[in-house]
Amino acid sequence: MINVNIDGKEIQIVEETTIVRAAESAGIWVPTLCYSELFEPYGVCRICSVEVIRGKRSRIVTACNYPLRDNGTKILTNSPRIQTIRKMIMELLLSRWPNVQIIKDIAEAVGVKEPRIKCLERDEDPNACILCGNCVNICKDVVKANVLSFENRGIKREISLPFDEKSDECIVCGACAHVCPTGHIKIKTLGYERGALQDWYLGPKTAINIPTLQAVPRVPIINEEACIKMQTGGCGICSTYCEPEAINYDAKDEEVEIEVGQILLTTGYQTIDLKQMPQYGYGRLDNVYSSLEFEHMLNSTGPTGGTILCKDGSVPRAVGIIHCIGSRDENFHKYCSRVCCMYALKFAHLVKDRTPAEVYQFYIDMRAFGKGYEEFYKRLLDEGVNMIRGKVAEISEGYLTNGEKPFLMVKCEDTLIGKFREIPVDMVILCPAIEPQFDASNIKKIFSISQSPDKFFLERHPKLDPVSTMTDGVFIAGCAQGPKDIPDSVAQASAAAARILSLISLGEVAVDPIKAEVADEYCSGCRICNSLCPYTAISFEEEKKVSFINDMLCKGCGTCVSACPSSAITGKGFTDKQILAELEGILSV
Amino acid sequence: MEQDKEFNPKIVAFLCNWCTYTGADLAGVSRLKSSPCVRIIRVMCSGRVDPTFIIKAFKQGADGVFIGGCHIGDCHYSEGNYKTLRRVEFMKTFLEEFGINPKRLRLEWISASEGDKYAATTLEFETEIRELGPLHLVEA
Repeated sequence: MINVNIDGKEIQIVEETTIVRAAESAGIWVPTLCYSELFEPYGVCRICSVEVIRGKRSRIVTACNYPLRDNGTKILTNSPRIQTIRKMIMELLLSRWPNVQIIKDIAEAVGVKEPRIKCLERDEDPNACILCGNCVNICKDVVKANVLSFENRGIKREISLPFDEKSDECIVCGACAHVCPTGHIKIKTLGYERGALQDWYLGPKTAINIPTLQAVPRVPIINEEACIKMQTGGCGICSTYCEPEAINYDAKDEEVEIEVGQILLTTGYQTIDLKQMPQYGYGRLDNVYSSLEFEHMLNSTGPTGGTILCKDGSVPRAVGIIHCIGSRDENFHKYCSRVCCMYALKFAHLVKDRTPAEVYQFYIDMRAFGKGYEEFYKRLLDEGVNMIRGKVAEISEGYLTNGEKPFLMVKCEDTLIGKFREIPVDMVILCPAIEPQFDASNIKKIFSISQSPDKFFLERHPKLDPVSTMTDGVFIAGCAQGPKDIPDSVAQASAAAARILSLISLGEVAVDPIKAEVADEYCSGCRICNSLCPYTAISFEEEKKVSFINDMLCKGCGTCVSACPSSAITGKGFTDKQILAELEGILSV
Repeated sequence: MEQDKEFNPKIVAFLCNWCTYTGADLAGVSRLKSSPCVRIIRVMCSGRVDPTFIIKAFKQGADGVFIGGCHIGDCHYSEGNYKTLRRVEFMKTFLEEFGINPKRLRLEWISASEGDKYAATTLEFETEIRELGPLHLVEA
């Protein structure tokens, strides 16, 4: 520890501390432009210049990269000499970039109003690049991608990418945009990919995060695509903070092969992409939320701590909840998503509970189908929730002439009074349709099960066998089979588990007797069937020169049976003789 | 005498157990109107349909043969329907050489959930066969 004196304040600091940090701990402001704690001090803008006095000698140094080593060093951050230097620097900067906010702010702070200099390269853009080099440094020191660099010299100096082209080395981490003091660098989303990690509308997420506080197990996860360390080997900041050294960047997704006898598919659902319906303004208008986002907001560990707030931080005056977005809709899904009515009622109840806002429910039919649900609906009616039976046509922004904050105008048809209505609200919650996972058809192919026309997995029988599928040993439960609420999912999953257990405790499996069989005496050994079998159940016996069908692998499709030129293969249960007799029988009348 | 009788085509349908047969079942359960002329033979896979069966069916008095399998890529047995497709295409040229209109043989991919498609295609096939008239292969 050493003692230093900054502007007359005596403070104790650790050796090698830079002046900027020392001043910060003393509560003294030193203007900075190219300095950030995230990377090594760069020291090009010179705006942080301070006067260091040791004994009788005084020097002008940059505070950002000057380490303090000697006891009793005296520092002046606002001496007349420093003031002159700062003013000169700011005048030069301001003459070139007169509209950049950060330059205007510092210039004002150091007392520069109008520069005396006329700059030939004057740039009026408020988001101009001021060549601070923050982006270059973070890309080099932290991200280690080395994509951005300075180019040319003097007045032609600029930031550029290699060969001025979009670089493959850029991992789009956004660090450069984060440190850019003028907003010159922007991150643009060029497309919306289904199934990709979506930022919560209520706020961005970091690459390492705990999904929710209710997550099981409640540990942070790293998003590989967003993590700089995993992309370039740079950064690694989180591991320096983790004392038990629990962060392992080498952990990779791996494929593990496990042999199982039965499989329960509970791949769940996704909600419909609300951007397909631009009339509801999702993603375009502020305060239009999907139900899951609103649920996130209601959560006491969520971004607002459970208070219901508009984006500008105010409490909504009225909230509209719109049912059946994409479900019961000829253009999207014809089916009912089943859970929306009840959670929409729950939302209404919670909004009433936590805010003084009016609540409007826009519904087609109120389907309070379960135990205690109708009673809940009745209770909501007593609480004074406005029920409007009708489909919403459009949500648009509305403005008041007196300059009060804008609102959202919900245009709808009220079929109970037979009139079109326009209802102003501050917040809209959309109840999106439940739909099958976007890759459900891949799962279907892997397990050779079927999908119903709405693309949910098809059960063996809608009434008598709702948990098993046409493929033996493959069971389905939950929203993978169709939209359902939590009690129904639990019931179906329990039923499937019981079915699986009963087969396990039985100890043996009944196998279909339908198999193909080769009659050795007729087989000519042509091997046509060998390549036809999709299960590679047919092998060729070199010694006997005949084909052989492995009973355990054969599924009994009969493709080989009909291909055998010498009719040596018979399909049990579906022999040529049987089928021909059947043919004769049905054609005789 | 025989011309006066109303022509009721005989259509033999070979349906695969996993898709089209279940689809036909669904059509029935959903009470959709499908062709009453169709006489169904269930096979485990459309790949089981031996070309001999098609010939035998026509020989024994069928006016049309309908083969239903899973959609390409959806075969319960992975690729049985590819083999069917190959065989049916071959059989069509073969039938033409024998003077049988290849339109009398029809291959359709109908999944277990497409009861409506089963009903529609069989009805359509029936009208097509009615237009073609009886196939006088069997001596009266």
